[in-house]
Amino acid sequence: MEYVGHSVLQKNYMYLSFPSRSENESLARVAVAAFATALDPTLEQLTELKTAVSEAVTNAIIHGYEGQEGEVRLRCAIEGGAVEVVVEDDGVGIADLEQARQPMYTSRPELERSGMGLTIMENFVDALWIDSVPGQGTCVRMRKVIQPDPVSQ
Amino acid sequence: MAIERDVVGGVLVVRLGGELDHHAVETLRDEIEQSLEETRCRGLVLSFQGIDFMDSSGLGLILGRYRSVSARGGKMALCKVNPNLRKIFELSGIYKIVPVLDDELSALRMVKEA
Repeated sequence: MEYVGHSVLQKNYMYLSFPSRSENESLARVAVAAFATALDPTLEQLTELKTAVSEAVTNAIIHGYEGQEGEVRLRCAIEGGAVEVVVEDDGVGIADLEQARQPMYTSRPELERSGMGLTIMENFVDALWIDSVPGQGTCVRMRKVIQPDPVSQ
Repeated sequence: MAIERDVVGGVLVVRLGGELDHHAVETLRDEIEQSLEETRCRGLVLSFQGIDFMDSSGLGLILGRYRSVSARGGKMALCKVNPNLRKIFELSGIYKIVPVLDDELSALRMVKEA
């Protein structure tokens, strides 16, 4: 028997795509939490991961699609003792990433946004990358170490 | 999102429950504003005892209510913030703006005395 794509499957992964409706924010974070359970995270790690995912998905819905209908794509993978999450949208993109990263800065004060979303993400995961092309969309990639690699310690 | 409202000594107490995300705060904001309007309370206590999850949308809700309560010349306090939410509260510096007390009674006292 031949296992096609066997090497790919050694890395567990999950894809989820859903319309940019606010009720899907909880679906996204619960799905990631369930996926990451395989790494036996502490409650604190799980809460941090869920919060970071919630921020990224909320940003895609509010800022990316500006409340209009669009598709949010969520990809997750477990690599070693870490979980990697990618949240992607085809929305308006971020014109000024430097500005967006400033704590308390929000482009939508009228929606009572606190401007803390990116700051929270940066603090709750171990690495965060943001790629954005104005007019095309935004891709947020984050990596959270759940079980530190015993070899590298 | 479960929410319980009470007026104690002229102060509106809102006991929040469930998950405080962008989806939940949209309706919650209107409900609290409406209660402030109806009860004509100037003081507001928000209890987080029943909150299992909160992201930055919750911070927006707190700061928004702080602004509207202050605009009416009233005071606001928070209570029963569980350890899960502590880190978000600390990161946001909300402790410097709105007092956070252990329990409802202390929060009520704080709002009344002010």
